[in-house]
Amino acid sequence: MTYTHKEPALQLSGLEPLVFNAAINFVNIGERTNVTGSKKFARLILNGNYDEAIEVALDQVRGGAQILDVCMDEAMLDGEAAMVKFLNLIASEPEISRIPVMIDSSKWKIILAGLKCIQGKGIVNSISLKNGEEEFIQQAKTIKKFGAAVVVMAFDEKGQADTYERRIQICKRSYDILTRQVKFNPQDIIFDPNIFPVATGMDEHKSNAIDFFRATKWIKNNLPGAKVSGGVSNVSFSFRGNNPVREAMHAVFLYHAIKNGMDMGIVNPSMLEVYDDIPKDLLQHVEDVIWNRREDATERLLDFAETVKSAGKKDKTDEAWRSLSVEKRIQHALVKGVLDHIVEDTEEARLLLDDPLKVIEGPLMDGMNVVGDLFGEGKMFLPQVVKSARVMKKAVAYLEPFMPLPEEAPEGEDKGNDNINRILLATVKGDVHDIGKNIVGVVLACNSYKIIDLGVMVETERIIDEAIAQKVDIVGLSGLITPSLDEMVNVAAEMERRGLKIPLLIGGATTSRIHTAVKIDPVYSGTVVHVADASKSVPVAGEAISKESRDKYRREMKALYSKLRDEHEARQQVKQLVTYQEAKLNPVGIDWARYEPLRPRKTGVQVFEKLDLGLIRKYIDWTPFFSTWMLAGKFPKILKDPVVGKEALKLYNDANNMLDRIINEGWLKASGVLGLFPVHRSGDDLIVDPEFTRNKQFVFHFLRQQGRKGKGVPNRSLVDYIHPKKQDYFGGFAVTTGLGIEEKLKVFQKEGDDYNDIMLKAMADRLAEAAAEYLHEQVRKEFWAYAPEETLDNDGLIRESYQGIRPAPGYPACPEHSEKRTLFDLLEVEKNTGMSLTDSFAMYPTSSVSGYYFAHPESKYFGLGKIGEDQVEDYARRKGVSKSQAERWLSPNLSYSPQLTYDG
Amino acid sequence: MPNRTDLLLQQLQKKILILDGAMGTMIQRYALKEDDFRNEALYGVKKSLRGNNDLLSLTRPQIIREIHKAYFDAGADIVETNTFSSTSIAQEDYGLSDLAYELNVASAKLARQVADECTAKNPKKPRFVAGAIGPTNRTASISPDVNDPGYRAISFDQLVEAYSEQVEGLLDGGVDILLIETVFDTLNAKAALYAIQEVFEKRGLPLDPHEGGIPIMISGTITDASGRTLSGQTTEAFLISISHVPLLSVGLNCALGAKELRPYLKVLAENAPYYVSVYPNAGLPNEFGKYDQGPAEMNEQLEDFLKEGWVNIVGGCCGTTPEHIATISNTASKYSPRQLNVKILEK
Repeated sequence: MTYTHKEPALQLSGLEPLVFNAAINFVNIGERTNVTGSKKFARLILNGNYDEAIEVALDQVRGGAQILDVCMDEAMLDGEAAMVKFLNLIASEPEISRIPVMIDSSKWKIILAGLKCIQGKGIVNSISLKNGEEEFIQQAKTIKKFGAAVVVMAFDEKGQADTYERRIQICKRSYDILTRQVKFNPQDIIFDPNIFPVATGMDEHKSNAIDFFRATKWIKNNLPGAKVSGGVSNVSFSFRGNNPVREAMHAVFLYHAIKNGMDMGIVNPSMLEVYDDIPKDLLQHVEDVIWNRREDATERLLDFAETVKSAGKKDKTDEAWRSLSVEKRIQHALVKGVLDHIVEDTEEARLLLDDPLKVIEGPLMDGMNVVGDLFGEGKMFLPQVVKSARVMKKAVAYLEPFMPLPEEAPEGEDKGNDNINRILLATVKGDVHDIGKNIVGVVLACNSYKIIDLGVMVETERIIDEAIAQKVDIVGLSGLITPSLDEMVNVAAEMERRGLKIPLLIGGATTSRIHTAVKIDPVYSGTVVHVADASKSVPVAGEAISKESRDKYRREMKALYSKLRDEHEARQQVKQLVTYQEAKLNPVGIDWARYEPLRPRKTGVQVFEKLDLGLIRKYIDWTPFFSTWMLAGKFPKILKDPVVGKEALKLYNDANNMLDRIINEGWLKASGVLGLFPVHRSGDDLIVDPEFTRNKQFVFHFLRQQGRKGKGVPNRSLVDYIHPKKQDYFGGFAVTTGLGIEEKLKVFQKEGDDYNDIMLKAMADRLAEAAAEYLHEQVRKEFWAYAPEETLDNDGLIRESYQGIRPAPGYPACPEHSEKRTLFDLLEVEKNTGMSLTDSFAMYPTSSVSGYYFAHPESKYFGLGKIGEDQVEDYARRKGVSKSQAERWLSPNLSYSPQLTYDG
Repeated sequence: MPNRTDLLLQQLQKKILILDGAMGTMIQRYALKEDDFRNEALYGVKKSLRGNNDLLSLTRPQIIREIHKAYFDAGADIVETNTFSSTSIAQEDYGLSDLAYELNVASAKLARQVADECTAKNPKKPRFVAGAIGPTNRTASISPDVNDPGYRAISFDQLVEAYSEQVEGLLDGGVDILLIETVFDTLNAKAALYAIQEVFEKRGLPLDPHEGGIPIMISGTITDASGRTLSGQTTEAFLISISHVPLLSVGLNCALGAKELRPYLKVLAENAPYYVSVYPNAGLPNEFGKYDQGPAEMNEQLEDFLKEGWVNIVGGCCGTTPEHIATISNTASKYSPRQLNVKILEK
C-alpha cells in the first residue's frame, strides 16, 4: 500500500511550489547558467565572478524560466566546489531560489554535492544505464533519499538510443527498474529520449525528429506518470549561423513535440520563432525536413536557407490586391496601412452600401477587427497598428460630410444607450506625458472602443465629472513621473467617494502591478487593473466591460491584488534596513587624501539659447526610441532582427525623414542652461557657494541607501562623490528640445495622424536626451575640462564609458522630484530657456531633461531603494517641510506605511 | 496482540490523537539550579549547564518522568522525549557532543517506561512515545554571516552524521515514532530524513509504517506572518520538499499561536497525503517573552481547526501545560479526525 495524491502530478519546489497540473502546458528550463551551454557564464565562473553569474540566473528567472538548470562540467573547474558555491549563493536570492533547481552534471560527485545544497525538491540531470544496472540502481536510490526528481537519458550499455525502437526499449527498461526495484515515484521520472539533429545530409539522421515524437508519445502512453524533456537546440545543429532557420526549426519541433506529450525542455526563448509567424514557404521546408516528407527535403531547406540568410528581400509593390472586392481592398489597406487608395475605395463602398454609417460599421470596422486580432496574437506590431488607425481616420473623415446630422435625442432619453463602449483616458494632474496614453488610445480605438481623451494635466474633478456625464465604461489613467502615482490614488479614492463603479485602468512608465495592488486597489471598490503595455489594454478592457465576464473578472482581480498585497507585506517584514545613522557611517569609500578637486575652467551659469539640432542628432541613442514603439531589441541589431527587423527599419527611416524636416524646417527649437559651482558638504546636504549665486542660499538635499549591505558594499548617496571637507565642485543643467512642438502637433491631430503625432513626440524626447549627452560631453571636455582628452564615439557615450555622471532628480539615485525646484531656481531655468515646472515638478515642455553633474571618477549611478522613517524625518527637517509632505514626495521609497492623510 | 505501530495506525483512524505540551515550561516550574543539571560524570564540566534541559534525563530523571506522567494524566496519547537538543551539534555549545547517543537512549527509556505504566493501567488507551528530533542550532541553507551569503555554518553531511546518532539512540531506547520538529530550514529536515533512511536501511526496517516501519512525523515552523519558514519556503513548497518519504504525518508547531497558523494549516490539510498534526504555542509571546494564552483561549482557537476537520494529531508547544492539554483533549474527543485525502494504489 502506498499513499498518493488524488491527482498524481510531478511536484517540484524552490521556495515556492511548481506543480505539473493540467494547467501547465510546457515548462521552460532556464539554460544560461550552464558552463557548457553559455560561454559568458563559463567565463564568469572561471574568473570567480559569482556576482555577475548570479545576475545571469536572475535574468533567467525574470525571463520566465520555471526551472533553473545549473551545470559546472568544465575541465578547468573544480565542479563540485563551483556547484556548491553557486547553489549556496542563489539560495540567498529569494527571486532566484523561488524556482526549483536542476542539478546538471555527468559527474556523480557533482550531482551529490549539489543535492546536499538544495532545500527544495529539484531535479537531477541525469542518470542512465550507460554503466549498467548496478550503478543506475545505486544512483537512483540515493537520489530518492534526497527527494529529487530525475532525468533519465535514453542510454544503455550499448550506447545512446538513436532509433525509435531503442528509445522505447531503454526507457521501458529504466522505468521498470526504477518503479519496481528502487520504488521510485513514477511522477518523479523524466525521460530525455535524445533530440538529435536533422537535415545533416546523412540518411540515418532523417527520421531523428519523428523518432523523438513517436518515442515521446509512446512513453506518455505506456509509462504512467513519466515525463519527457529534452534540449531543443540540438535539432537545428546543422544550421548553426543561420538563426532565422534555426528559430523556425525550434518552433516547428517544439510545436509537434508538445503535441506528442513533451512536458519540459531546455529552450532559449530568444532563439524561438512564433509558429504562426514563420513565413509560409520557410514553414513548408522546415516541416518537410522535420517530418522527412520528401527525399530532397534537406537539399531544399539548404537552398532556401541561403535566401533566408541573405535576407535582403526586396519590397516589391504588389498591386494584385487592387483587383479584390471593395471590402477586401479596404481590409488590405487597413492591415497594411496603405493610404493611397483609401478615399476612392471608401467612396466605392459608400455608393455600394448607400449609407456612410454602414461603411463604417461594415468593411471599415471589420478591417480594424482583423488588425486588432493580429495585434492581439502578436502578429502585428505597434507601428503598423498606428498606421492602420491613420487609414481608418482618413476614411471616416471622408465619410463625415455624407453623414446625416445627429437627430436631437428625445427628451429624457439617456445619452449613451447605444452599444458602443466608451473609454475615458487622462494623464493625471501635474503630469504632461502622453505618448503611452495616446498609444493605448489608438489600440483601443482599433478595437471598436470610443475614446474620450481628456489630454494631460487633468484635474481629478474633471476626470470624474466627464466620466459621469459621458457615461463611460472605463476610466484609464496614465502618468510617467512618480508623483503621478499618488495622484492616481487620489483619483481612485475620489471615484469611490462619488460612488462610481466603473473599472479603473492604470498605466504608464512608473506605474506597476505592485503599486496598483498596494496603493490603488484598496481605495476603490470597482475593478482596478494595472495594464503593463498597450497590447494588454484590449483584453483587459474587454473582460472588464463585458456583461458576462465583468463580475468574475472583478473578483479575480481583487483576489489577485489582495494576494500581491499580502506578499508585499510579507516581503516588507523580511527586508532588512540599517538605521540612517549606520548608513551614514558606511559611505562610498573614496581615498580623499589622494584626490584634489579640480576647479572647472568656467564656473557659474551658461545659457545656450539655441542648440544646433543638426549636431545633436548625432548623439541620439536609438534603442529607447524603438522601445517607445514597443519593439524590443538593441539598435542597430534590431534593424536586422528576424521578427521585428522589417518594421524597425521602416520606423527608423520614417524617423530620420522626420528628423530632416525637424531640422531643415525648424519644427523644434532646443535651448539649455548649465552651471558649475563651488560647493561644500554639510552631512548629506550640498551647499552652493553663495558668491556664485547672486548671494542667495542654495542647498541640495540628498538621500542615502539604507538597505543592509554586504561586506565592502557602501550605502551610497550622491553626496559621497563630493569631498567631505574641502571645497569641491558640482554642476547642474536643464535642456529642452520641445519648444514649438505644440504647433506642429496640432496639425497632426487635426489630420487625425496619430502616427506622426507619436513619432514627433518620440523624436523630441530622443533629441532632449541627445542634447543632454552633448552638453555633458562639453562639460567634461571644455567647461569643467576634467577629461579634455576624452574621445568616445556615440556607442561609447551610450555605454557611459566616460568619467562622471549626470543623475536626474526624480530618477533612482535621487528620486525626490521637488529638488528640481531648487535646481531650476539656481540655474534660473524658466528665464533662461522657456522651460517650466508643474505643481508636481514635471518639466514642460515634456521633451526636457535636467540633472546634476558629478565628476569624481568613482561616481556611478545607483538606485536609492527603500529608506526608513528615521531618514525621512531627517530629510523633512533638512528641507524644512512637514514629515507627511516628505512622505508623499518619497512614497515609492518608503520602507514603511505612513499615515496617509491628504491635505492637498 | 498487534504491535505498537499497528495500534497507532488503528487509533489514528478512530480518533484525534493528543500530543503533549511544552517540556521547558514545565521544567521552569521546578526552579532548578546549576547543581540539578550535573551528576558525577558531569561534575568536572567547566561550562554552565543550567538550561541544557535534555541533561535532566540523566541528572534528575524523576522530574522528566513526572512531567511525562502529568501529560498522560491530562489525556495525551503521545509524549515527546526530552531530546529536542540531544544532537552532537546542539550539545557542542556545552562541550557535551559525546553525550548525544546516551542522552537519546536515556530519554527514550524514561518516556517508554511511563507510557507502558499508563497503558497497563488503562489498556483501552494505549500510550505512545515520539522521539523528538530538533532542528539543531545551525542552518544548512542560510548563511549566519550577512556579508558572506555563500557561507554555511553546518554541512548536510555533518547534519546527517549527528541525526543518525540521535535516531540510533532513540530507536535503541524504544520510541514508537520519530518526530522531526520545529523545522525552520527544510534542508536540515531533509538531512534528518536522509539519516533516518540510512539507519532504517542498515537495520532492515521498512520505511512505510504500513509495512511495519517506525512511523515518521514532521512538523514545520512558520516563523512570521509571511507564511514562510525561516529558510523562505511557503507551506506548500515545504510539503513538496519532504514528501519523498512515506510519512505518518506532517504538521506545524511553534513560533506562532493557533490563530496565526490557520491559513498554513489549511494548506497542509488540503494538500497533504499524510495525517496532519498541529501543536502551536500558547499564543504569541508577550513583551517579556512569556506565553500567556490560557487553556480556554487556546482551546477555542484549536477547536476551529477541529470543526474544519483539518487535524489528526493535536497538542501544544511553548507555553502550554497539562492544563492546556486536558482542555484540548476534552474538546478533541467531540470531533472526528481528518479523513486522509488519498487513494490506495494497487501494486
